[in-house]
Amino acid sequence: MTTKILLAGFGGQGILFAGKQLAKTAMYSDLQVSWLPSYGPEMRGGAANCSVIISDEEIGSPIVTTPDVLIALNLPSFDKFEPTIVPGGLLIADSTLIAKESTRNDIRICRLPATGLAAENKLEGFANVIVLGQLLKQTGLFDYASFLDLMIKGIPASKSALIEKNKRALEIGYTYEV
Amino acid sequence: MGHKVLMKGNEAIAEAAIKNGCLHFFGYPITPQTEISEYLAKRMPQVGGLCLQAESEVAAINMVMGAAASGSRVMTSSSSPGVSLKSEGISYIVGCDLPCVIVNIQRGGPGLGGIQPSQADYYQATKANGHGDLHLFVVAPASVQEMASLTGLAFDVADKYRTPAMILADGALGQMMEPVNFDIEEKTALPEKTWATNGHGGKRKKNIVNSLYMDPLDLENSIKARFARYDEIKANETRWEEVMVEDADIVMVAYGITSRICKTAINAARAKGIKVGLIRPITLWPFPSAALKKAAETAKHFMVCELNMGQMVDDVKVAIDCARPVSFYGRTGGVMPSAEEVLAEIEKIAGGLTK
Amino acid sequence: MIVFDKPKSLSNVPLHYCPGCTHGIVHRLVAEALDALDITDKTVGVAPVGCSVFAYNYFECDMIQAAHGRAPAVATGVKRTHPDSIVFTYQGDGDLAAIGTAETVHSATRGENITIIFINNAIYGMTGGQMAPTTLPGQVTTTSPYGRDPKIQGNPVRVCEMLSTLDGVAYAERVSVDSPKNINHAKKAIRKAFQNQIDGKGFSIIEVLSTCPTNWGMSPADSLEWLRQNMMPHYPLGVYKDIDAKEEN
Repeated sequence: MTTKILLAGFGGQGILFAGKQLAKTAMYSDLQVSWLPSYGPEMRGGAANCSVIISDEEIGSPIVTTPDVLIALNLPSFDKFEPTIVPGGLLIADSTLIAKESTRNDIRICRLPATGLAAENKLEGFANVIVLGQLLKQTGLFDYASFLDLMIKGIPASKSALIEKNKRALEIGYTYEV
Repeated sequence: MGHKVLMKGNEAIAEAAIKNGCLHFFGYPITPQTEISEYLAKRMPQVGGLCLQAESEVAAINMVMGAAASGSRVMTSSSSPGVSLKSEGISYIVGCDLPCVIVNIQRGGPGLGGIQPSQADYYQATKANGHGDLHLFVVAPASVQEMASLTGLAFDVADKYRTPAMILADGALGQMMEPVNFDIEEKTALPEKTWATNGHGGKRKKNIVNSLYMDPLDLENSIKARFARYDEIKANETRWEEVMVEDADIVMVAYGITSRICKTAINAARAKGIKVGLIRPITLWPFPSAALKKAAETAKHFMVCELNMGQMVDDVKVAIDCARPVSFYGRTGGVMPSAEEVLAEIEKIAGGLTK
Repeated sequence: MIVFDKPKSLSNVPLHYCPGCTHGIVHRLVAEALDALDITDKTVGVAPVGCSVFAYNYFECDMIQAAHGRAPAVATGVKRTHPDSIVFTYQGDGDLAAIGTAETVHSATRGENITIIFINNAIYGMTGGQMAPTTLPGQVTTTSPYGRDPKIQGNPVRVCEMLSTLDGVAYAERVSVDSPKNINHAKKAIRKAFQNQIDGKGFSIIEVLSTCPTNWGMSPADSLEWLRQNMMPHYPLGVYKDIDAKEEN
């Protein structure tokens, strides 16, 4: 079983961080995983995306061109990558930033107002984690508790406020009903 | 098996260097390899080593030369334009028979080119990374794990045969993260560096590290001696991987990140009943010519895939004495082909074979 | 009593330098310093490209032959990985002040604890008399056949003055070997430049005004006079930086 995930949005939305959380959890679940970022000047404000492939066998190409799961956090990413999702695949779109709706009827569509939810809950900058919460719910890719545990372990204990915010954001995303 | 760490290819090279006893690094920032410098700037002071940012790639390679001449395990890294700058120093290092490791995390060229992944420095790395009759031992990792393990090999081969070794990767392998473990295999003892210029201590005759010979015969003899060592490297250190070659009608040849894309395409082609395999050179110099020659006995067609306009394809033709048709598919300038694109090429060739 | 003997650190091979060339004197002064400080066995010298390219044959310490201009970078590599060794470079004006300017300036500003012996004879000797970065305005060379015109070929570089502005430099002095008195002084300066390294004080450079009778097209004696009349006014002798002197004040 191989899952190809593409995360895309603006630089600064935490796209690479979100991908890294998935990759880390996959590694600790004894799965094969690759994480390939776009890199260069776009990291400083332009478009950012990253390919994450999770598999129980050797991973060939680390580039995701036909994602099983697309996480789109802005309109350009939606426009560019939504047509590439494999039939039967999953789209998670931040509906706060993407007003446009997908017209495809061969994929599962999950519109989640991640940026709006973050603002309502004073969790600005945590829309990426809210999306991860919803991703776990939609795919069952990883166990919620172990994903949370690993994410928190990556944060220095001295930044307890940050730990709390990540926890809340993941929970809001996970419990949100689309 | 030890525990795994999720890290970037660039970081894996850096950590593997330290784990293999390299405590000295000289570099200069350039995308997409800068993480090597950044990682070592943090780590070297923790292990009593040194990471020094030089004023240029030219200075960095010459600092490497000084460190290597005085017997230290030493590494530098750069990306394509910076490696061109290092070429002068690399040639001197070869001429002085000094061991060191040079990393090239390739980006698109020529000129400033771009910063996206490329394999366009294949000719440079394998044929002429500097003036004169010379070769480097060149390894081409295809995963973050190999970024680590082949770094260890590069250091050992460099020391054993007194030659610079190059790790030739690309921006994708440098930037991507995969799980890696740093278990180091049991090593055979390496020769003592009795030639090093580190102060004779009054205990031996003075050592001279030098690449200058005024008598052409002396120079010729020194080059012949070096090429005799190259023959040993060819005999002992050539490495490659074969995937489903035995029954393959089409044998793909690809290395590094491109070989990964080809593997995905090959699996898809096999699912469609096309008999296709892969030979992945792990060392680009020496080139695994014998493996290709053997495959030519059974394969009908060779297909080379690279991130350039066709460079290694020449070595494939030479290796099989043009006994089979050799086609080429590549993207360049920082563009990476998708597995679907490669599959389409395989299908085209397979269609031709059945006609 | 022996009043004149070859320094132990100077190899027992004939030097290849032209008659009247001052490289031989400076080689001797360097060897005398190594002897006097008893450091030959832990010294690594770095030879340049230029007339002194064969310097690796002339000193009894370990030697490395570097690419043109890169000696300070090679020396940095040796010294940083073997801090207990004594490392010097021996470079001409083309090597140090043209093609190797970046390596010179940056090893100086980093304060590398090395010693640089810099031979300034205002010309490229090995390649046969071309214009050097230190060729004087009006000086005729094979590539400035009408005399160096600063409007066309630019101005010469004053190395000690330039390097003295850098924080990493411990000691920069310009000396000459045109007379017994100046040779004696040069000897002291070179010895101090090595002593500084032993004491861990940082970057020391001794610029030695030298002659090139062959490519200047003069007799050795006339060359010495030309050096005094033309080079010394443009490149005044003296200490341009000495961190010890500051401490004393």
